[in-house]
Amino acid sequence: MKVKAHNRLLFQIFWSFFKISPVTFGGGFAMIPLIIKEIVEKRKWLTNDDITDVIALSQTVPGAVAVNSATFIGQRIGGIRGALAAMIGVSLPTFLIVLALGASYYYVQDNPKLEAAFISIRATIVAIIVFAGIKIAKTAIFDKTTFFIMVVGVPVLFFIHPIVAILLGAITGLVVTSIKTKLGYQIDLKKDKEVDPTIDPDYYMGAGI
Amino acid sequence: MILWELFQTFFLMGFVSFGGGYAMLPIIEKAVTEYGWMSAEHMTNMIAIAGMSPGPVAANSAILIGYSAAGISGAVVSAMAILLPSLILVITVAAFFIKLHHNPVVERMFYGLKPLVTSLIIYAAIKFALANNLITLDISFRSISLVIIFGLSLFALFKLRWNPVYVIALSGLVGIALYS
Repeated sequence: MKVKAHNRLLFQIFWSFFKISPVTFGGGFAMIPLIIKEIVEKRKWLTNDDITDVIALSQTVPGAVAVNSATFIGQRIGGIRGALAAMIGVSLPTFLIVLALGASYYYVQDNPKLEAAFISIRATIVAIIVFAGIKIAKTAIFDKTTFFIMVVGVPVLFFIHPIVAILLGAITGLVVTSIKTKLGYQIDLKKDKEVDPTIDPDYYMGAGI
Repeated sequence: MILWELFQTFFLMGFVSFGGGYAMLPIIEKAVTEYGWMSAEHMTNMIAIAGMSPGPVAANSAILIGYSAAGISGAVVSAMAILLPSLILVITVAAFFIKLHHNPVVERMFYGLKPLVTSLIIYAAIKFALANNLITLDISFRSISLVIIFGLSLFALFKLRWNPVYVIALSGLVGIALYS
Protein backbone atom coordinates (compact mmCIF):
# COMPACT_ATOMS: atom_id res chain seq x y z
CA MET A 1 0.00 0.00 0.00
CA LYS A 2 2.82 2.38 0.89
CA VAL A 3 4.51 1.87 -2.47
CA LYS A 4 1.22 2.57 -4.21
CA ALA A 5 0.74 5.84 -2.31
CA HIS A 6 4.28 6.90 -3.14
CA ASN A 7 3.76 6.19 -6.81
CA ARG A 8 0.61 8.24 -6.76
CA LEU A 9 2.50 11.13 -5.17
CA LEU A 10 5.19 10.88 -7.87
CA PHE A 11 2.53 10.99 -10.56
CA GLN A 12 0.88 14.01 -8.92
CA ILE A 13 4.22 15.84 -8.86
CA PHE A 14 4.79 14.96 -12.51
CA TRP A 15 1.29 16.04 -13.51
CA SER A 16 1.41 19.35 -11.60
CA PHE A 17 4.52 20.46 -13.47
CA PHE A 18 3.36 18.99 -16.75
CA LYS A 19 0.36 21.35 -16.62
CA ILE A 20 2.42 24.42 -15.65
CA SER A 21 5.26 23.84 -18.10
CA PRO A 22 3.84 25.19 -21.40
CA VAL A 23 3.33 28.59 -19.75
CA THR A 24 7.06 29.18 -19.41
CA PHE A 25 7.18 31.46 -22.44
CA GLY A 26 10.32 33.54 -22.55
CA GLY A 27 11.28 32.97 -18.96
CA GLY A 28 10.90 30.65 -16.01
CA PHE A 29 9.64 33.46 -13.81
CA ALA A 30 6.31 33.41 -15.61
CA MET A 31 5.85 30.07 -13.88
CA ILE A 32 6.07 31.36 -10.30
CA PRO A 33 2.44 32.45 -9.80
CA LEU A 34 1.28 29.13 -11.23
CA ILE A 35 3.65 27.16 -9.00
CA ILE A 36 2.25 28.98 -5.97
CA LYS A 37 -1.30 28.28 -7.07
CA GLU A 38 -0.69 24.59 -7.74
CA ILE A 39 1.91 23.60 -5.12
CA VAL A 40 0.98 25.92 -2.23
CA GLU A 41 -2.72 26.68 -2.57
CA LYS A 42 -4.13 23.57 -4.23
CA ARG A 43 -1.89 20.70 -3.14
CA LYS A 44 -0.59 22.35 0.07
CA TRP A 45 2.75 20.57 -0.34
CA LEU A 46 4.87 23.61 0.51
CA THR A 47 4.48 27.15 1.86
CA ASN A 48 4.99 30.48 0.11
CA ASP A 49 8.28 30.94 1.97
CA ASP A 50 9.53 27.57 0.71
CA ILE A 51 8.82 28.69 -2.85
CA THR A 52 10.69 31.98 -2.36
CA ASP A 53 13.68 30.00 -1.01
CA VAL A 54 13.57 27.60 -3.92
CA ILE A 55 13.45 30.36 -6.55
CA ALA A 56 16.41 32.14 -4.95
CA LEU A 57 18.38 28.90 -4.80
CA SER A 58 17.47 28.00 -8.39
CA GLN A 59 19.21 31.10 -9.68
CA THR A 60 22.54 30.19 -8.10
CA VAL A 61 22.57 26.70 -9.60
CA PRO A 62 23.47 26.47 -13.31
CA GLY A 63 20.60 25.66 -15.61
CA ALA A 64 17.19 27.09 -16.39
CA VAL A 65 15.27 28.58 -13.47
CA ALA A 66 12.09 26.75 -14.53
CA VAL A 67 13.80 23.35 -14.51
CA ASN A 68 15.85 23.98 -11.37
CA SER A 69 12.95 25.25 -9.30
CA ALA A 70 10.70 22.37 -10.39
CA THR A 71 13.45 19.89 -9.52
CA PHE A 72 14.05 21.48 -6.10
CA ILE A 73 10.33 21.44 -5.32
CA GLY A 74 10.02 17.82 -6.47
CA GLN A 75 12.97 16.89 -4.27
CA ARG A 76 11.40 18.53 -1.20
CA ILE A 77 8.12 16.73 -1.73
CA GLY A 78 9.26 13.30 -2.87
CA GLY A 79 13.04 12.93 -2.54
CA ILE A 80 15.25 12.00 -5.50
CA ARG A 81 12.41 10.29 -7.35
CA GLY A 82 10.24 13.33 -6.73
CA ALA A 83 12.98 15.50 -8.23
CA LEU A 84 13.08 13.30 -11.32
CA ALA A 85 9.27 13.28 -11.64
CA ALA A 86 9.14 17.08 -11.45
CA MET A 87 11.98 17.51 -13.92
CA ILE A 88 10.40 15.20 -16.48
CA GLY A 89 7.02 16.85 -15.88
CA VAL A 90 8.33 20.35 -16.50
CA SER A 91 10.47 19.37 -19.50
CA LEU A 92 8.30 16.95 -21.44
CA PRO A 93 5.62 19.36 -22.77
CA THR A 94 8.15 21.94 -24.00
CA PHE A 95 10.30 19.13 -25.43
CA LEU A 96 7.34 17.88 -27.48
CA ILE A 97 6.32 21.39 -28.60
CA VAL A 98 9.87 22.26 -29.67
CA LEU A 99 10.27 18.95 -31.45
CA ALA A 100 6.97 19.47 -33.30
CA LEU A 101 8.07 22.97 -34.37
CA GLY A 102 11.46 21.64 -35.48
CA ALA A 103 9.83 18.84 -37.48
CA SER A 104 7.40 21.23 -39.17
CA TYR A 105 10.30 23.51 -40.04
CA TYR A 106 11.91 20.63 -41.94
CA TYR A 107 8.62 19.85 -43.61
CA VAL A 108 8.32 23.32 -45.14
CA GLN A 109 11.92 24.54 -45.16
CA ASP A 110 12.22 24.69 -48.96
CA ASN A 111 9.22 26.97 -49.22
CA PRO A 112 10.57 30.30 -50.63
CA LYS A 113 8.24 32.30 -48.35
CA LEU A 114 9.65 30.59 -45.25
CA GLU A 115 13.19 31.17 -46.48
CA ALA A 116 12.37 34.87 -46.96
CA ALA A 117 10.83 35.08 -43.49
CA PHE A 118 13.96 33.60 -41.91
CA ILE A 119 16.28 36.08 -43.66
CA SER A 120 14.56 38.81 -41.65
CA ILE A 121 14.16 36.71 -38.49
CA ARG A 122 17.92 36.07 -38.36
CA ALA A 123 18.52 39.84 -38.12
CA THR A 124 15.90 40.01 -35.35
CA ILE A 125 17.62 37.20 -33.43
CA VAL A 126 20.81 39.28 -33.35
CA ALA A 127 18.70 42.14 -31.91
CA ILE A 128 17.29 39.77 -29.27
CA ILE A 129 20.83 38.71 -28.30
CA VAL A 130 21.87 42.38 -27.97
CA PHE A 131 18.73 43.03 -25.90
CA ALA A 132 19.58 40.09 -23.61
CA GLY A 133 23.09 41.51 -23.22
CA ILE A 134 21.85 44.98 -22.25
CA LYS A 135 19.40 43.52 -19.75
CA ILE A 136 21.97 41.37 -18.02
CA ALA A 137 24.57 44.18 -18.08
CA LYS A 138 22.20 46.26 -15.97
CA THR A 139 22.62 43.87 -13.04
CA ALA A 140 26.14 42.62 -13.79
CA ILE A 141 27.98 45.88 -14.39
CA PHE A 142 27.91 48.28 -11.45
CA ASP A 143 31.51 49.36 -10.79
CA LYS A 144 34.82 49.82 -12.62
CA THR A 145 36.00 46.27 -11.95
CA THR A 146 32.90 44.54 -13.33
CA PHE A 147 33.02 46.86 -16.36
CA PHE A 148 36.68 45.95 -16.89
CA ILE A 149 35.99 42.20 -16.68
CA MET A 150 33.23 42.56 -19.28
CA VAL A 151 35.39 44.58 -21.70
CA VAL A 152 38.37 42.22 -21.40
CA GLY A 153 36.13 39.16 -21.66
CA VAL A 154 34.97 39.85 -25.22
CA PRO A 155 38.34 39.72 -27.05
CA VAL A 156 39.49 36.87 -24.78
CA LEU A 157 36.55 34.77 -26.02
CA PHE A 158 37.98 34.84 -29.54
CA PHE A 159 40.92 32.79 -28.26
CA ILE A 160 39.74 30.51 -25.46
CA HIS A 161 36.83 28.10 -25.09
CA PRO A 162 33.69 29.70 -23.57
CA ILE A 163 33.53 27.07 -20.80
CA VAL A 164 37.11 27.91 -19.77
CA ALA A 165 36.19 31.60 -19.88
CA ILE A 166 33.22 31.04 -17.55
CA LEU A 167 35.43 29.22 -15.04
CA LEU A 168 38.04 32.00 -15.30
CA GLY A 169 35.26 34.55 -14.69
CA ALA A 170 34.31 32.86 -11.42
CA ILE A 171 37.97 32.61 -10.34
CA THR A 172 38.50 36.26 -11.24
CA GLY A 173 35.55 37.15 -9.01
CA LEU A 174 37.15 35.35 -6.06
CA VAL A 175 40.65 36.75 -6.65
CA VAL A 176 39.59 40.34 -7.30
CA THR A 177 37.32 40.52 -4.26
CA SER A 178 40.00 39.12 -1.93
CA ILE A 179 42.64 41.53 -3.30
CA LYS A 180 40.23 44.43 -2.87
CA THR A 181 39.43 43.38 0.70
CA LYS A 182 43.15 43.07 1.52
CA LEU A 183 43.77 46.56 0.14
CA GLY A 184 41.03 47.82 2.40
CA TYR A 185 38.47 48.71 -0.24
CA GLN A 186 34.81 48.55 0.56
CA ILE A 187 33.14 46.30 -2.02
CA ASP A 188 29.53 45.88 -2.85
CA LEU A 189 29.00 42.49 -4.38
CA LYS A 190 25.70 43.47 -5.93
CA LYS A 191 23.76 46.43 -7.08
CA ASP A 192 22.15 48.02 -4.02
CA LYS A 193 18.61 47.52 -5.11
CA GLU A 194 17.66 44.03 -6.09
CA VAL A 195 14.47 43.87 -8.06
CA ASP A 196 12.21 41.05 -7.05
CA PRO A 197 11.70 38.98 -10.21
CA THR A 198 8.24 37.95 -9.10
CA ILE A 199 7.18 41.61 -9.15
CA ASP A 200 8.89 42.58 -12.38
CA PRO A 201 9.30 39.44 -14.47
CA ASP A 202 10.35 41.51 -17.46
CA TYR A 203 13.50 42.41 -15.55
CA TYR A 204 14.73 38.89 -16.00
CA MET A 205 13.60 38.40 -19.57
CA GLY A 206 17.10 39.17 -20.76
CA ALA A 207 18.37 36.32 -18.67
CA GLY A 208 16.77 34.11 -21.30
CA ILE A 209 16.04 31.41 -18.78
CA MET B 1 29.83 9.35 -33.20
CA ILE B 2 27.47 12.28 -33.52
CA LEU B 3 25.25 11.35 -30.54
CA TRP B 4 28.29 11.27 -28.29
CA GLU B 5 29.40 14.68 -29.61
CA LEU B 6 25.95 16.08 -28.86
CA PHE B 7 25.87 14.54 -25.39
CA GLN B 8 29.32 15.80 -24.49
CA THR B 9 28.61 19.34 -25.70
CA PHE B 10 25.31 19.81 -23.92
CA PHE B 11 26.28 17.92 -20.76
CA LEU B 12 29.26 20.23 -20.23
CA MET B 13 27.13 23.23 -21.16
CA GLY B 14 24.60 22.22 -18.48
CA PHE B 15 27.20 22.63 -15.76
CA VAL B 16 28.09 26.21 -16.70
CA SER B 17 24.65 27.35 -17.80
CA PHE B 18 24.52 30.71 -16.02
CA GLY B 19 22.67 33.79 -17.16
CA GLY B 20 20.14 32.15 -19.44
CA GLY B 21 20.11 30.68 -22.89
CA TYR B 22 21.63 33.48 -24.92
CA ALA B 23 24.84 33.37 -22.86
CA MET B 24 25.21 29.74 -23.95
CA LEU B 25 25.24 30.57 -27.67
CA PRO B 26 29.07 30.80 -27.87
CA ILE B 27 29.32 27.20 -26.63
CA ILE B 28 26.71 26.02 -29.14
CA GLU B 29 28.31 28.01 -31.96
CA LYS B 30 31.74 26.58 -31.19
CA ALA B 31 30.50 22.98 -31.17
CA VAL B 32 28.45 23.44 -34.35
CA THR B 33 31.46 24.83 -36.24
CA GLU B 34 33.92 22.34 -34.79
CA TYR B 35 31.86 19.25 -35.48
CA GLY B 36 30.31 20.61 -38.69
CA TRP B 37 26.75 19.75 -37.68
CA MET B 38 25.14 22.46 -39.86
CA SER B 39 25.64 25.87 -41.47
CA ALA B 40 25.67 29.07 -39.41
CA GLU B 41 22.43 30.19 -41.06
CA HIS B 42 20.70 26.94 -40.20
CA MET B 43 21.94 27.20 -36.61
CA THR B 44 20.52 30.74 -36.37
CA ASN B 45 17.16 29.49 -37.67
CA MET B 46 17.16 26.84 -34.94
CA ILE B 47 17.96 29.46 -32.28
CA ALA B 48 15.05 31.54 -33.62
CA ILE B 49 12.64 28.62 -33.26
CA ALA B 50 14.06 27.94 -29.78
CA GLY B 51 13.38 31.57 -28.82
CA MET B 52 9.81 31.40 -30.12
CA SER B 53 8.94 28.23 -28.21
CA PRO B 54 7.88 27.93 -24.59
CA GLY B 55 10.55 26.62 -22.25
CA PRO B 56 14.18 27.49 -21.55
CA VAL B 57 16.08 28.85 -24.57
CA ALA B 58 19.21 26.81 -23.81
CA ALA B 59 17.31 23.51 -23.59
CA ASN B 60 15.18 24.34 -26.63
CA SER B 61 18.31 25.16 -28.64
CA ALA B 62 19.92 21.89 -27.55
CA ILE B 63 16.84 19.92 -28.62
CA LEU B 64 16.68 21.61 -32.04
CA ILE B 65 20.42 21.40 -32.71
CA GLY B 66 20.30 17.72 -31.71
CA TYR B 67 17.29 17.14 -33.94
CA SER B 68 18.94 18.86 -36.92
CA ALA B 69 22.17 16.93 -36.44
CA ALA B 70 20.83 13.43 -35.73
CA GLY B 71 17.02 13.29 -35.87
CA ILE B 72 14.77 12.31 -32.96
CA SER B 73 17.49 10.35 -31.16
CA GLY B 74 19.70 13.46 -31.37
CA ALA B 75 16.94 15.54 -29.81
CA VAL B 76 16.41 13.05 -26.97
CA VAL B 77 20.14 12.69 -26.23
CA SER B 78 20.66 16.49 -26.26
CA ALA B 79 17.69 17.12 -23.97
CA MET B 80 18.89 14.51 -21.48
CA ALA B 81 22.44 15.84 -21.67
CA ILE B 82 21.41 19.36 -20.75
CA LEU B 83 18.98 18.30 -18.01
CA LEU B 84 21.26 15.83 -16.27
CA PRO B 85 23.61 18.46 -14.75
CA SER B 86 20.61 20.33 -13.27
CA LEU B 87 19.36 17.10 -11.70
CA ILE B 88 22.79 16.19 -10.31
CA LEU B 89 23.43 19.68 -8.93
CA VAL B 90 19.97 20.21 -7.46
CA ILE B 91 20.00 16.83 -5.70
CA THR B 92 23.52 17.45 -4.37
CA VAL B 93 22.65 20.91 -3.09
CA ALA B 94 19.40 19.68 -1.53
CA ALA B 95 20.93 16.54 -0.01
CA PHE B 96 23.71 18.43 1.74
CA PHE B 97 21.54 21.41 2.65
CA ILE B 98 24.09 23.65 0.98
CA LYS B 99 23.09 27.25 1.47
CA LEU B 100 24.07 28.90 -1.79
CA HIS B 101 21.98 32.01 -1.49
CA HIS B 102 23.76 34.81 0.39
CA ASN B 103 26.79 32.56 0.63
CA PRO B 104 29.85 34.90 0.56
CA VAL B 105 31.97 32.62 -1.65
CA VAL B 106 29.15 32.21 -4.18
CA GLU B 107 28.50 35.95 -4.19
CA ARG B 108 32.19 36.66 -4.81
CA MET B 109 32.23 34.18 -7.69
CA PHE B 110 29.15 35.81 -9.20
CA TYR B 111 30.90 39.18 -8.96
CA GLY B 112 33.24 37.97 -11.73
CA LEU B 113 30.85 35.56 -13.39
CA LYS B 114 28.06 38.02 -14.22
CA PRO B 115 30.25 40.46 -16.18
CA LEU B 116 31.71 37.49 -18.04
CA VAL B 117 28.22 36.26 -18.91
CA THR B 118 27.69 39.74 -20.38
CA SER B 119 30.88 39.30 -22.44
CA LEU B 120 29.56 35.94 -23.67
CA ILE B 121 26.37 37.56 -24.92
CA ILE B 122 28.26 40.44 -26.59
CA TYR B 123 30.55 37.88 -28.23
CA ALA B 124 27.51 35.88 -29.40
CA ALA B 125 25.95 39.03 -30.86
CA ILE B 126 29.14 39.80 -32.83
CA LYS B 127 29.49 36.22 -34.06
CA PHE B 128 25.86 35.93 -35.13
CA ALA B 129 25.89 39.37 -36.75
CA LEU B 130 28.94 38.36 -38.81
CA ALA B 131 27.54 34.94 -39.71
CA ASN B 132 24.27 36.43 -40.91
CA ASN B 133 25.84 39.25 -42.95
CA LEU B 134 24.61 41.97 -40.63
CA ILE B 135 28.13 43.39 -40.39
CA THR B 136 29.34 43.58 -43.98
CA LEU B 137 31.11 45.89 -46.41
CA ASP B 138 28.78 44.91 -49.20
CA ILE B 139 26.22 47.68 -49.73
CA SER B 140 23.03 46.34 -51.24
CA PHE B 141 19.27 46.46 -50.72
CA ARG B 142 19.55 43.22 -48.73
CA SER B 143 22.32 44.36 -46.39
CA ILE B 144 20.85 47.81 -45.72
CA SER B 145 17.34 46.49 -45.11
CA LEU B 146 18.71 43.87 -42.68
CA VAL B 147 20.43 46.56 -40.63
CA ILE B 148 17.15 48.49 -40.55
CA ILE B 149 15.25 45.35 -39.45
CA PHE B 150 17.86 44.83 -36.73
CA GLY B 151 17.42 48.42 -35.53
CA LEU B 152 13.63 48.28 -35.57
CA SER B 153 13.65 44.95 -33.71
CA LEU B 154 15.84 46.44 -31.00
CA PHE B 155 13.53 49.45 -30.78
CA ALA B 156 10.45 47.22 -30.45
CA LEU B 157 12.11 45.14 -27.71
CA PHE B 158 13.66 47.97 -25.78
CA LYS B 159 11.41 50.99 -26.16
CA LEU B 160 8.05 49.42 -26.94
CA ARG B 161 8.79 46.47 -24.61
CA TRP B 162 7.21 43.98 -26.96
CA ASN B 163 7.41 40.28 -26.23
CA PRO B 164 10.29 38.78 -28.28
CA VAL B 165 7.90 36.18 -29.67
CA TYR B 166 5.80 38.89 -31.35
CA VAL B 167 8.89 40.68 -32.63
CA ILE B 168 10.10 37.47 -34.29
CA ALA B 169 6.66 36.82 -35.80
CA LEU B 170 6.33 40.35 -37.20
CA SER B 171 9.88 40.22 -38.51
CA GLY B 172 9.00 37.03 -40.38
CA LEU B 173 6.11 38.81 -42.12
CA VAL B 174 8.41 41.70 -43.05
CA GLY B 175 10.84 39.14 -44.49
CA ILE B 176 8.12 37.58 -46.65
CA ALA B 177 7.11 41.04 -47.92
CA LEU B 178 10.68 42.11 -48.70
CA TYR B 179 12.55 39.03 -49.85
CA SER B 180 10.15 36.61 -51.52
